[in-house]
Amino acid sequence: MTRLPITKTPKVYVGGAFIRSESARTFPLQDAAGNFFANIPQCTRKDLRNAVEAAAKAGPGWAKRTAYNRGQIIYRLAEMLEARRADMGDALAVGGATRAAAAKEITATIDRLIHYAGWADKYEQVLGSVNPVASPHFNFTVTEPMGIIGLLAPDEAPLLALVSLLAPVITSGNTVVALASTARPYPAIVLGEMLATSDLPGGVVNLLTGFRKDIVPTMATHAHLRAIGGVANAAERHTLKLGAVESVKRVKLHPAEEPVDWFSAKAQGLYEIRDFVEFKTTWHPIGA
Amino acid sequence: MATPTDRKRPTLRPQGRPAPKLIFGDLWEYDPAPETADPKLKPRYELFINGRWVAPASGRYFDSINPANETKLAEFALGGTADVDAAYRAAQRAFTTVWGRMPGGERAKYLFRIARLLQDRAREFAVAETLDSGKPIKESRDFDVPMAAAHFFYHAGWADKLDYVAPGRKVAPLGVVGQVVPWNFPLLMLAWKIAPALAMGNCVVIKPATNTPLTALKLAEIFQDAGLPPGVVNVITGPGSTGGAIMAHPTAAKIAFTGSTEVGKTIMRSVAGTDKRMTMELGGKAANIVFDDAPLDQAVEGIVNGIFFNQGEVCCAGSRLLVQESVARLVVGKLRNRLRVLRVGNPLDKNTDVGAIVSRDQLNTIQAYLKAGVEEGAVMWQPPCRLPPKGFFMPPTIFTGVTQSHRIAREEIFGPVLAILTFRTVEEAVEKANNTAYGLSAGVWTDKGSRILKLSTELKAGVIWANTFNKFDPASPFGGYKESGFGREGGRQGLLDYCKLT
Repeated sequence: MTRLPITKTPKVYVGGAFIRSESARTFPLQDAAGNFFANIPQCTRKDLRNAVEAAAKAGPGWAKRTAYNRGQIIYRLAEMLEARRADMGDALAVGGATRAAAAKEITATIDRLIHYAGWADKYEQVLGSVNPVASPHFNFTVTEPMGIIGLLAPDEAPLLALVSLLAPVITSGNTVVALASTARPYPAIVLGEMLATSDLPGGVVNLLTGFRKDIVPTMATHAHLRAIGGVANAAERHTLKLGAVESVKRVKLHPAEEPVDWFSAKAQGLYEIRDFVEFKTTWHPIGA
Repeated sequence: MATPTDRKRPTLRPQGRPAPKLIFGDLWEYDPAPETADPKLKPRYELFINGRWVAPASGRYFDSINPANETKLAEFALGGTADVDAAYRAAQRAFTTVWGRMPGGERAKYLFRIARLLQDRAREFAVAETLDSGKPIKESRDFDVPMAAAHFFYHAGWADKLDYVAPGRKVAPLGVVGQVVPWNFPLLMLAWKIAPALAMGNCVVIKPATNTPLTALKLAEIFQDAGLPPGVVNVITGPGSTGGAIMAHPTAAKIAFTGSTEVGKTIMRSVAGTDKRMTMELGGKAANIVFDDAPLDQAVEGIVNGIFFNQGEVCCAGSRLLVQESVARLVVGKLRNRLRVLRVGNPLDKNTDVGAIVSRDQLNTIQAYLKAGVEEGAVMWQPPCRLPPKGFFMPPTIFTGVTQSHRIAREEIFGPVLAILTFRTVEEAVEKANNTAYGLSAGVWTDKGSRILKLSTELKAGVIWANTFNKFDPASPFGGYKESGFGREGGRQGLLDYCKLT
């Protein structure tokens, strides 16, 4: 008699813990062959609010870490993913990726994390400046994280795109509330398990699964989210920009109509970090 | 304790009492010292479209008045949507045929030329600016106009060095930029907007504020004199709705707005359905924090400069004074002494410190806030001063006994009104300073370097002035956190908001 394997109940990673949706709602996920795979949490606005609260708690501590320390933690994330390639390969296969495609996506994701791990203690030196003002003042500009950032991941490259969006955001000390791909949510569930075993403090990255229609309107209007990034279609962009007005959120969205090549080196770099920092300029007189 | 007593002329002083402080303001009368340069006004200004003076499609004009005496200065074209369309067509043509493809080094030379021509006519511009806006001539002469020229000069040099703006990437201009600027620094805000846009290779459609259109048209004269190709900058005057048309125009690849948070939000809603880029420089309610170890006399100068510069009509004005409890009475006493000698009056007088409020509407708004402050329980104090019989004047005003919930501590007044609050610890100072929806600027006064750096890290504001206030420079990025807007103006960081990465 063959042993019946134990199936995993997928839970989302929020505030450093694994939770199901407060709404107690789930949606069934089929694997590539069309068979039932699992019930995925259908997170709603209440879960988004809880995730924002978790991110708010983690924010000041994460922003105060040294840049060197943040770099090492992001490097550690890459180590976790490298060590658990097989798990992630299976997760991507659920969404229909071939073994080769999954391996390629995992490799690109690891390399992306390494890229940002190296940026953590350098972007400031390129983006900031000492400014030669025409008066006896010392004047310098530094960057600061914006705070809590809402991200919307696309369905394409469900692991790589999600990591490409969140890595630059946390590199500079922001915290993240991200909605994973709706069509291929399972890699985000497994990514949460890897984040939990990395050195990333709980609450820095919060990953939700569910439907965009449940999350986008609240993401648009939640006053504690300081910026919104990721991929959105024209209608979602309109909703997000309108909702962002009241709290003057920063909105940095890729149009879904112009797909990003997430595998390209152009999908990573300094300006992805820059999109989610504020510039602060300080003046002080020079004198006795 | 330097709390001033109710001063009278220091006569008949009984023996043995200490001499009262010498307060010049009430000991001497000042003879008038008006600036007499000719502002060279035309009776009527048309729109500036495609390098030419064009009558508005409406055929209508509106008056701009001198807020210091309520007399008409000149009349200005009432631009509308048809004029905005024409301006965008001209700008788009200039972008595709001339300006967008001109080598940066050549663009630079135009901008240098504009800076030089503005310097040549500096005094004329200063008088024109003061007549139109009510600001003291010493500010328009020593700050607004030279700083405007400096912005053109600074950005000129960037035009052929754009490879250094975004290390690792190439940059390209966006196209036509729509810009709307406020009435508090009419010429300077034009320079802040136009100079970086042009350096990067964009063309511009810009609207000055309805109250203060004069120097925008005079600047257009300089564009003509400089030989700037037609259509590179187009100036449209008119009401707020015309500004709305500029912001929402489909040709605008990017819009840049400086003004109130309320209007900024209206604009953002109007373009939410588009993919236009935006920069917004909106309101503020800056905290100016004075610790007990600060050089207090310097701090008092900084407080005065912070809130009474340009009659307090400054988005980054230090409108909330947070003073450490142990020195609060001392600081308020010194501040009152200082305010007694501020001269409020004719903006054209070279001795005037506080000029006219820009308009009757704005004066009414400020007066409504004074009323609200008193009604909510704060204690108002104004130095005795004689206001001119005509024009929109307001004595410098301070409120003590203010709490964080008072409207005068929460809302941007945009006038010479200071709300004074106290604190005990560093943490309390930071918490109170950050307890606002705004985040444009903040001031810190202390002798302790490590405390300055702690506060400059923890204050949520785009500009931190430590042991100084209200300092500006084209090389220094300016802009806000939170509801004070987004994007930066000035410096390398500001340029990046006028280009796309390729």
